[in-house]
Amino acid sequence: MARRFASLEAAVAQVEAALRADAIIREIKRAGIRFVAALPDATTSHYLLRGLLRDPDIRVVQVCKEDEGVGICSGLYCAGERSLLLMQETGLLDSLNAVRGTAVENEFPVCMMVGLLGKEPGVKPTESKQYGVRIVEPILDAMGVDHALVEEPDDVMKIVPAVERAYERLQPTALLIGREPR
Amino acid sequence: MMKRDECLKALASHRTDEIVVAVYKAAQEFIQIAPSELNYTFAGAMGQAAPHALGLALGRPDKRVIVLDGDGSLLMNLGSLITIAHAGAKNLVHCVCENGTYETNGSIPIPGAGKFSFAKIARAAGYRAAYEFGELEEWQDALPGILREEGPVFVDLKVEPGTVTYPDNFRLLRSVEAREAFRKALRDQVAV
Repeated sequence: MARRFASLEAAVAQVEAALRADAIIREIKRAGIRFVAALPDATTSHYLLRGLLRDPDIRVVQVCKEDEGVGICSGLYCAGERSLLLMQETGLLDSLNAVRGTAVENEFPVCMMVGLLGKEPGVKPTESKQYGVRIVEPILDAMGVDHALVEEPDDVMKIVPAVERAYERLQPTALLIGREPR
Repeated sequence: MMKRDECLKALASHRTDEIVVAVYKAAQEFIQIAPSELNYTFAGAMGQAAPHALGLALGRPDKRVIVLDGDGSLLMNLGSLITIAHAGAKNLVHCVCENGTYETNGSIPIPGAGKFSFAKIARAAGYRAAYEFGELEEWQDALPGILREEGPVFVDLKVEPGTVTYPDNFRLLRSVEAREAFRKALRDQVAV
């Protein structure tokens, strides 16, 4: 019995230490976001995207290719709505010209949440063994796009300030999801 | 085949308070044919017209959104037809100005020019209706109905350059000031 209790404590501690999908959704909504354009991403689909799809306060717009989301979020901005583009880093890499032309040069506050496929927890993205992960931050830096890593539970507090800053500056931002939210 | 500027003039003559999203040559001509604070020319990259229009349509379901896409541009994001149909944008009229070429980039033909039907693809993607027009009179006659029809509606406009030269105005097309004026004008048109 004592062993089971210890195991339960360990389980609770593990959940408390995890990056939580419900906390991310709470912060997304606190940032005033009502629309999420999304293409399923291995890191965020199971808990975060499914949670968003179930949430009555969020309209998920499924896209066939991630760069559609850049345009959708831009149109929503002009319609007076805040939005988020949820995708894998492969989708970000595929969307760079839209980010360049629409978000950076034409000054649209496109907020992106990007799952880093295969990033090792606790390892900096630039030090990942995954080539596709290693290059993300240097590319965003070269483009002058703000970014922040969301990997530990407290990192969810970065979401609202990042979104606010994007809308103040009329520039894109990328929130990089460093491990699977549970 | 219709002269593009005549085709756009016909649209302008039936336009009331619709948002018009335009790209490339159609944008250059439409902003001169039909100046309006509700012209939206800020897509910024090829293949982005329809997604911008979808964002506007979802964000302002009380407003009708007309997009003047290019054929090369639409080919770059053909999946956006599925996205729009799946999103069920009832207030979206998706026109493609099909000239069969990448006119802005040297008038090289698009792949498969004249060998496939955009309208059939759109219908198969799930648009509620899809039309093709190659005669100006038919386009003019159909316009009032199309602008009232529940969408998403697809319209393939078979066009060629007109005889009038409209000077390119990329500054206005990409102007952040014009974009913010668009936002304000749209915000001021409060949903009834």
